[in-house]
Amino acid sequence: MTRAEIHGRLDLDRDTWDEIVAHARSDFPFEVCGLLAGRDGQIEQIYRIPNAARSMTYYSMDPKAMLHAFNDMDDHDLDLIAIYHSHTHTEAFPSPTDVELATYPDAAYLICSLQHDEPHLRAFDIVDGRITERLVHLDGEPVADPAADPA
Amino acid sequence: MSIEVRVPTVLRTHTDGEKRVTVEGATLAEAIDDLEARYPGLGDRLRDDEGNLARFVNVYVNDEDVRFLGGQQTELADGDQIAILPAVAGG
Repeated sequence: MTRAEIHGRLDLDRDTWDEIVAHARSDFPFEVCGLLAGRDGQIEQIYRIPNAARSMTYYSMDPKAMLHAFNDMDDHDLDLIAIYHSHTHTEAFPSPTDVELATYPDAAYLICSLQHDEPHLRAFDIVDGRITERLVHLDGEPVADPAADPA
Repeated sequence: MSIEVRVPTVLRTHTDGEKRVTVEGATLAEAIDDLEARYPGLGDRLRDDEGNLARFVNVYVNDEDVRFLGGQQTELADGDQIAILPAVAGG
């Protein structure tokens, strides 16, 4: 598993986690993408955004759906907390393309990997080409890597 | 010709934190020029080095992606709204 320096955390509740995994599985083997918004780091809204590329190795948020989501956040005073997408055949770590195209330094980049039977979610900050990891917490507990060797 | 521009959080450093700003222009190109004149650096974020619309920034007029309108030649009318969003893409 590729590692990065750890800085901070991203908190998900079970519903949000399940929704992201369900979304990722819904269009397998293609990548899906979406936005998480809320207040004070607490996620209140999930926006599924169509992947205009509908590819197994690339995603590009549909511009119009993305605009509607951002307008909705504006209207409800929600902040963008995370941008999520799935990796259907690789680990939950930013690809070179993810790093190259990361344009939201304030958002966490959450990746849901379906490489193994058990889905794996990891979150990262990608700022000026530098990756740091935010430990994903599910209902307050840090999430273990399902593919990790037993201790 | 008064055009409202919705500025995304990530670009508000150019507008002193303002969410919405007003520009003038009969076409999108003129509006972007005016945006650059009023908020140096912001208009330039919308174009590449050749002056074309930047590939990874979405620009909308009245919620329509300008790539499906007339690009920078899109004509604007008083009260039109421009929105800007850096594209979200990856691999």
